Amino acid sequence: MSEQNVIKTAGKLGVLAVLMFGFGYALIPLYNVFCEITGLNGKTGTVSSQQVEKIVVDMNRVVTIQFDTNINGNLPWRFKSVEKKLRVHPGEVKDAVFVVENTSDRAIVGQAVPSVAPAEASIYFNKTECFCFTQQTLAPGETKEMLVRFVVGNELPDKISTMTLSYTFFMAPEDKQAADRKENTTEQQI
Amino acid sequence: MSEAVVHEDHHEHHDHKPTGIGRWLFSTNHKDIGTMYLVFALIMFFIGGAMAMVIRLELFQPGLQYVDPLFFNSMTTMHALVMIFGAVMPAGVGLANWLIPMMIGAPDMALPRLNNMSFWILPFAFALLLGTLFMPGGAPNGGWTMYPPLTIQLGDAFPFLIFAVHFLGISSIMGAINVIATVFNMRAPGMTFMRLPLFVWTWIITAFLLIASMPVLAGAVTMMLTDKFFGTSFFSAAGGGDPVMFQHIFWFFGHPEVYILILPAFGIVSQILPTFSRKPLFGYESMVYATASIAFLSFFVWAHHMFTVGMPLAGELFFMYATMSIAVPTGVKIFNWVATMWRGSLTFETPMLFSLAFVILFSIGGFSGLMLAITPVDFQYHDTYFVVAHFHYVLVTGSVFALYAGVYYWLPKWTGHMYDETLGKWHFWISTISVNVLFFPQHFLGLAGMPRRIPDYAVQFADFNMVSSLGGFVFGVSQLLFVYIVIQCVRGGEKATNQVWEGAHGLEWTLPSPPPFHSFTTPPKVTDATAHS
Repeated sequence: MSEQNVIKTAGKLGVLAVLMFGFGYALIPLYNVFCEITGLNGKTGTVSSQQVEKIVVDMNRVVTIQFDTNINGNLPWRFKSVEKKLRVHPGEVKDAVFVVENTSDRAIVGQAVPSVAPAEASIYFNKTECFCFTQQTLAPGETKEMLVRFVVGNELPDKISTMTLSYTFFMAPEDKQAADRKENTTEQQI
Repeated sequence: MSEAVVHEDHHEHHDHKPTGIGRWLFSTNHKDIGTMYLVFALIMFFIGGAMAMVIRLELFQPGLQYVDPLFFNSMTTMHALVMIFGAVMPAGVGLANWLIPMMIGAPDMALPRLNNMSFWILPFAFALLLGTLFMPGGAPNGGWTMYPPLTIQLGDAFPFLIFAVHFLGISSIMGAINVIATVFNMRAPGMTFMRLPLFVWTWIITAFLLIASMPVLAGAVTMMLTDKFFGTSFFSAAGGGDPVMFQHIFWFFGHPEVYILILPAFGIVSQILPTFSRKPLFGYESMVYATASIAFLSFFVWAHHMFTVGMPLAGELFFMYATMSIAVPTGVKIFNWVATMWRGSLTFETPMLFSLAFVILFSIGGFSGLMLAITPVDFQYHDTYFVVAHFHYVLVTGSVFALYAGVYYWLPKWTGHMYDETLGKWHFWISTISVNVLFFPQHFLGLAGMPRRIPDYAVQFADFNMVSSLGGFVFGVSQLLFVYIVIQCVRGGEKATNQVWEGAHGLEWTLPSPPPFHSFTTPPKVTDATAHS
C-alpha cells in the first residue's frame, strides 16, 4: 500500500460524489423532457397556428372538454370559466373563455398552471394560445377575460371521449415572497 | 540520527495510547473511532426510542391524550431521522471501523484524519437537528421524506433540518470514501477480493451506494433551501416547478438508502451463521454477486414508493417488475444462509440467536415488501400501518437485530471479556417476543385501513393498537438490559481467548483479545486455508 494510491482512490471517489450532486440537478431537465414526451403529470402540448391549419377535422367524432378552475392558497382572486364544457371535433380549433377577478385592494401577479386528465390524453391536447403562457397582472378590483385557443389532436385514442382541462392560479413567486415577508412582519408586530 | 532514535523509541511503545479527552477528540485510531460511532449510535437509538415511546403512548388509546397533534407529527418525523441517520447508519460505520482493518490485515483505516472528521461532524449535525425541538414552530413534522410544499412551510426549524441533512451526508460520504480507500489499498498480501470476509464485501457495496446516493439527497434539499430563501421554483408549481419531482429525486436517494441500512446487516449475519454452524458459508461467490445486484437494482425501483401520485401504466408495470426482481438475489441470500446451517453442528449462543431471528423475521419483512410492490394492491396499502409494519420488520428485526448479533459476536474480541451469556439470552428472548407483539398487529391495522402519521384513529383499531403499544413498551425497556450487559462486559468478566468462538475463522480472530492499538503492524500472509474458509 502506498500513501499515493490511497489519495488517488479517495480523489476519484470524491469526484464521483460531486458528479452525483450534479446529477441530482440534472434530473430536473431530464424530468421535464420526459414529462413533455410522455404527457406525464398532465403537461399539455403546444402547436403553432401554421401547424393547426394542416390538421384535418374529424367531423364524425365528438369529444367533450370539461373545464375546472382552482385558486391556490391565499390568492385573493375569483376564477371561473364561462362555459362549463365544450363539445369539439378532433382537429377543430376552439376557444374557451375564462374570467378572473382580483378581489383585493392591491395589484397582484398570478400564474396559471394547466393540467389535463386523464393523463394519457394530455399530449393530444394542444394549445396555440393561452393565458397560462405568461404571468397575468391584475390591478386592484380588476376583472379580466382570458382566452385559451386549443385543438384536440385527431390521433386521440378512441376510448377517450371526455377530458378535463384544469387550471390552478398561483401567486407569482416574487409576489408570494413579498406577501410572506409582510405576513411575518405583521405577526411580529402583533 | 537523533530523530531515528526517537522513532525507534516510539515503536517500542506502539501500543501507547494518548490519554484523557484528547484521546477521543483527536483520535485517528480506527478502534477508538469505531467505539465512538457505536456509543453515539446507542445514545441516538435511545433518543429515537424515547420518541417511539411517545408515539406508542399516544396511540395506546383512541382520542388525543398526551401530546398535541403537531408534536406527535414531529415525533414520527424525528424518530425516523434519528433512527436512520443517527442510530443504524453510524452503528454500521462503527462496526466497519472496528472490523475492516482487522479483517483485511491492515494496521488502521487508510485515511485516519478523515475518519476523525467524519465522526465528529455527527454530534454537530444532531445538535442542529435535535435543537429544532425547542424552536418556535416546532421540530420538522412533515415526515422524514421532507416532501414539499409541506416541509417548506416549516417554521424556524427548516434551515436547521436542511443543514443537518447536509452534514449527515458529508459525514457518511467521507466514511464511505475511507472504507473503499482502505479495502482497495491496504489488504494484506494474499487477501484477494474473492477472499474478503463477506462483511467487508457488503461494506464496499454499501460505501458505493452511499457515494452515489447521498449527494442526490443533498442536491434535493439544497433545491428546497433555495426555493424557500432565494426565489427559485424547483418544486413550486407557480414558478413552473413540480412538487412531484421532489419525490422522484428523494426516492432516487431513498431506495438505495434502505439498502445502505440493510447490506451491512447481511454481512454481519454472513459472518456469524458459519461460525455457529461450524461450516463454511454456503455459496460465497453467489453471496457477493447477489449483494452487488441488489445494490445495482436499487437505483431502478424508486417510484414504487409513489405509485399513487400518478404514473402511466407502463411506468407502474416497470417499477413493479423491477422491484419484484430484487426478490431474486435476496432469495439467493436467504437460501445460502439456510444452506449454511443445513447439517451443521449448531449451537445457540446469543449472536446466533439474533442471526436466526434475523433470517426469519427479515424474510417476513421481505414478503410484505413484495406485497407492497404489487401496484394495484399498493393503492390500498399506501400510507397505512401495513407499510409501517413492513419497514419495521426489515429495519428493526432486520438491521437492528443484525447489529445486536454483531455486537454480541465481536464484543469479547473488542473488550477481552466474555459477556454474560444468560443475560444475553434474556435480552434476545424478551426483544424477539416483544418486537413481534409490537409490529405484527400493525399488519392487520394497515390492511384494515389505519393511516400512518395520525395521532388519533377510529375506535375499531383500538385493540390492536393497545397490544402494539404494550409490545412497544416492553421492547423499549428491555433494551436497557443490553446497555447493562455491554457495560458489565467492558468492565470485566471471563477472559476471552483469541479465537473467542470455537468455529470462528478470519484474521480478526488471530489477534489477541482485546487487539493491540494498531491492528496489524506487520501484514499477515493470507492463503486459501486462512481465508474466510
